[in-house]
Amino acid sequence: MTFYQSIAEGLFLAFIILVVLGSLITIRAKMLMKTVLGLAVALLGVAGIYFYLGSMFLTLMQILVYVGAICIVMIFGIMVGYTPTEVAEKSIKDWRNKFLAVLSAVTAFLLILVCVLKTHWVPAAAGNRDFSAVHLGHEFLYTYCLAFELISVILLIAIVGAIILARGGAGKTAVDIPVEEKIAGVREEKGETTA
Amino acid sequence: MISHHLSTYLIIGVFLLIAGIYGLIQHKSFIGMLVSTELILNGAGVNFMAFNRFLAPDPAVGQVITLFIMGIAAAEAAIVVSFILAVFRKYHSIDPDEVDELHG
Repeated sequence: MTFYQSIAEGLFLAFIILVVLGSLITIRAKMLMKTVLGLAVALLGVAGIYFYLGSMFLTLMQILVYVGAICIVMIFGIMVGYTPTEVAEKSIKDWRNKFLAVLSAVTAFLLILVCVLKTHWVPAAAGNRDFSAVHLGHEFLYTYCLAFELISVILLIAIVGAIILARGGAGKTAVDIPVEEKIAGVREEKGETTA
Repeated sequence: MISHHLSTYLIIGVFLLIAGIYGLIQHKSFIGMLVSTELILNGAGVNFMAFNRFLAPDPAVGQVITLFIMGIAAAEAAIVVSFILAVFRKYHSIDPDEVDELHG
């Protein structure tokens, strides 16, 4: 192994450690803000792993979309929604919850680990090894054109829906009105008289 | 040379998946559950990219699917955050156990 190869391996290990540490912070932190910051660390590690898997474009997209956009949206959600006293998560009183979490996680891990290690993976016949963004763009606009357009429509609908939900609906909606007022309003519309 | 083995990447994907499952069950707030969901989606992305690099005949397919996952995750995060805001405005709580009007 040459000098440069060992540097590359060390960097790869560092990215794996980033992923593991970030995930552990995410699932163990008591403060919501730390949870989201742990997610950002884990996603940076995943971006580095995408780089080792040969796709520079996806590395940049991962940093841009996940770390740059999704984490910021979540931080906005925390900062707009809750006063600081409510940010701290309640500690888990229910030991059953934690037991179920550990049980399902360990079971899933062992099952999938056995599958991964027991399977003999057969590589496909080598086609072109073109990882470039040009080839990716061709695939997007020819083979996967319909799915690509559908994703953009889904994003548009999601953004419009998010705006409507967050500002409390067009006009005044169910989000703001307490349940009793709503029921009374329905009765009035039906012409019922309340005793 | 662990970066040249398929199993390494698959195990990273599995780790992200189980971290997400654990967090999803264990977190006591909607934001924590949303964050755990992102971990699960990233595990799926790592798996797709690993198979794409080592097994697939055309190296663009896995990247395309991973980009689709990113798009879906962005839409999902935007909707869920605004949904959490609406729920917080009505119930003044982010604890999933306290939002129980439907009594499921």
